[in-house]
Amino acid sequence: MNSTSIENVANYLKYKGKYKGLLGWIFSTDHKRIGLLYLYSMATMFSVGVLLGLAMKLELLAPGKTIMDAQSYNATFTVHGVIMIFMVVVPGLPAVFGNFLLPIMIGAKDVAFPKLNLLSWWLYVAGVFLVLAALLFGPGTPDTGWTFYAPYSFKTGTNMLPAVFGAFVLGFSSILTGLNFLVTIHRLRCPGLKWSKLPLFVWTLYGTAWIQLLATPVVGITLVLIALERLFGVGIFDPAMGGDPILYQHLFWIYSHPAVYIMILPAMGAISEIIPTFSQKHIFGYKALIASTMAIAFVGYLVWGHHMFTAGMSGTAQYYFSLLTFIVAIPSAIKVFNWISTMYKGSINLQTPFYWAASFIFVFLIGGLSGLVLGALAANIYVHDTAFVVAHFHYIVFGGTGFAFFAAIHYWFPKIFGRMYDKAWANTGWIVFFIGFLTLYSPMFYLGMMGMPRRYYDYLQEFHGGNILSTIGSWVLVTGFIIIIVNLVRSARIGPKAEMNPWNGKTLEWTVPSPPPLENFDEIPELGENDGPYNY
Amino acid sequence: MSNEKHHIVPYRVYVFVLLGLIALTLLSIEITHIDLGSLTVAGAMVFAAVKSYLVLTWFMHLKYDKPYIVTMVIFVFAVFAVTIVVTFLDYLYR
Repeated sequence: MNSTSIENVANYLKYKGKYKGLLGWIFSTDHKRIGLLYLYSMATMFSVGVLLGLAMKLELLAPGKTIMDAQSYNATFTVHGVIMIFMVVVPGLPAVFGNFLLPIMIGAKDVAFPKLNLLSWWLYVAGVFLVLAALLFGPGTPDTGWTFYAPYSFKTGTNMLPAVFGAFVLGFSSILTGLNFLVTIHRLRCPGLKWSKLPLFVWTLYGTAWIQLLATPVVGITLVLIALERLFGVGIFDPAMGGDPILYQHLFWIYSHPAVYIMILPAMGAISEIIPTFSQKHIFGYKALIASTMAIAFVGYLVWGHHMFTAGMSGTAQYYFSLLTFIVAIPSAIKVFNWISTMYKGSINLQTPFYWAASFIFVFLIGGLSGLVLGALAANIYVHDTAFVVAHFHYIVFGGTGFAFFAAIHYWFPKIFGRMYDKAWANTGWIVFFIGFLTLYSPMFYLGMMGMPRRYYDYLQEFHGGNILSTIGSWVLVTGFIIIIVNLVRSARIGPKAEMNPWNGKTLEWTVPSPPPLENFDEIPELGENDGPYNY
Repeated sequence: MSNEKHHIVPYRVYVFVLLGLIALTLLSIEITHIDLGSLTVAGAMVFAAVKSYLVLTWFMHLKYDKPYIVTMVIFVFAVFAVTIVVTFLDYLYR
C-alpha cells in the first residue's frame, strides 16, 4: 500500500479557499468540512433533544403534573422524537463519518458530487429551521408524536404543516447523501480496491445508501399526502370520506422501519472497524459481515408491518411480518457473533473506543432480543404502546446508533482534529454515561411489562418506583454526556497533537496525516494483491 | 470517465420518443372515458408503464448502459413490486 506524506500541504482545517471564516465552512465543498458541519449541527440538535428528554423524565418523576401539563408533554415527546429521529440518528453516522471518511477510505479526493454534498447539508439546515418554525410560531407545537399518525395529524389544531414540510426537506437531504455515496463507492474506488477489499464501514454505507434512496421517497409522498389532507381534505386517510388511516401507517412504516436500518447499519460498520483495530486482528467473517449487511438492508425493507400488529391489519399480513421480523434478527446476530469472534485471541487494546464498542454490543444485544419479544404476535399485543417499546427502541437506537457514534468519534477524533483527547476523562465519561443509560432505560422494560402505557404525562402510583429510578438515570446520563462533550471540545482545541496512526489501524484513513490535507492524497493510492483493510 | 465509450443518439430518436410519450399521454386520458369496470386503474397503469419504459430506455440511456446499471434499475422495480404485494397481504385478506 502506498502511504502518502503530504505534511506540507495545508490541512483541511486551516486551508483558506475562496471564502474565509464561517463562509469558508458553510460554502465549502470539501467532504471533510461538510462532515464537520453535520457534526456541529447534529450535536446542537442532539443537545436540544436531550434537554427535552430530560424534561420528560422530570415530568415522570412523580405521578400527576410535575413540571408540565398533558398538552406540553405531548408536544415535548413529539419534538424530542422529530429532532432525534429526523435530525440526529437518520443523518447520523453517514452524514458525519461517512462524509468525512468514505472518500479517504476508498482512496478518493472527494465524493462524486461535492456540490450536491454541500446542498445536502443546506437542505438539512433548511429542514431544521422549518421544524423549529413549527415550534415557535403558529397555533401550537405539534403533538402527534414523531410518527404523524393519521387521522389525528390532519385534525389536530397544532402547527403541523411546517413540521411535516421540514421532515420532507430533511428526507431530500438524506436521499441526496445516499445517491452521492452510491455513485462514489461505485466510481471512485482507488486502483486495486476491489469490492472484496472494501472496509466494512464503507459496505454499510453502501447498504444504507440504497435504503435512503429507495425508502425515503415513500415517506416524502406520505408527508405530502398529510399536507394535502390538512389543506384540501382529499380524504385518502380519512375514514369519513372512504379513506383508510391504516394505509397511512403502511406508507409511513415502509420508510420508517428501513430508517431504523439507516440508523443502525453504519453504526454496525463503525463497530466493525473499531473491534479489529483494538483487537489487532483480522475481522472474523468478513464476507459473512458483508452478506449480513446486505441481508439486513433487504429484509429490513420488508418488515414494516410489525409496528402495526394492533392496528387492525389482516391476520395473513401479521403472520408474514412476524416471520420476517424473526428472520431479520439472524443477520444481526451473525454480526454480533463475528465481532465477538474477532476479539477472541486478539491482542486487545483497552482504549475508549473499544469500551464504547464493547458496551454497544451489550446494549444492542438487549435491544435486539427485546425486539423479538415485540416481533412475536401474542407478546406484542400485551406490551404494545407500553414503556417496554420505549425501552426497546432506545436500547437499539440510542444504545446502538448513539453508542456507536460515541465509539466512532473517540476512534476517529485524532484523525479528524489532529489532536488526542484526555483518555482518563474520556473513560470516565463513558462509564458514567453507560451507568446512566442502563439506569434510565432498564426500568422501562419492567414498567412496560407491568402495563405502564407510553406517551402519558401521568401514571398510576404503582409505577412510581421504576420512574424515580429512570429519572435519576437521566441525570446520570446527562452528567456523562457533559463530561464527554467538554473533554472532546477542549481536546479539539488544546489537546496534544495526534500521530498519523495512533491506534495502528489498517484502513486508508490511517495512511494520511492527522488532520488530512485538503484533497486527502497527493497521489491516489494503489492497493496491491496482499493489501487489505484488516491485514494485521 | 474518459476511457468509456459514449453512445451518441440522434436527435430524431428523441423526437420520436417524445411524440410517442405525448400520444400515450393523450391515450391515457381518453381511456378514462371508457368504462372498463375494475380494470380502469389497470388500463391507466399500462400506459404509464409503457411511458416509463420509454423514458428509462431512451431518455435515461438504459439501452446503452452497462448491464449492472440495468440490473440496479430492475432491482429497484422488483423492490417496488414486492412492497406492493406485501401491502396487499393486508388489504386482500382483511
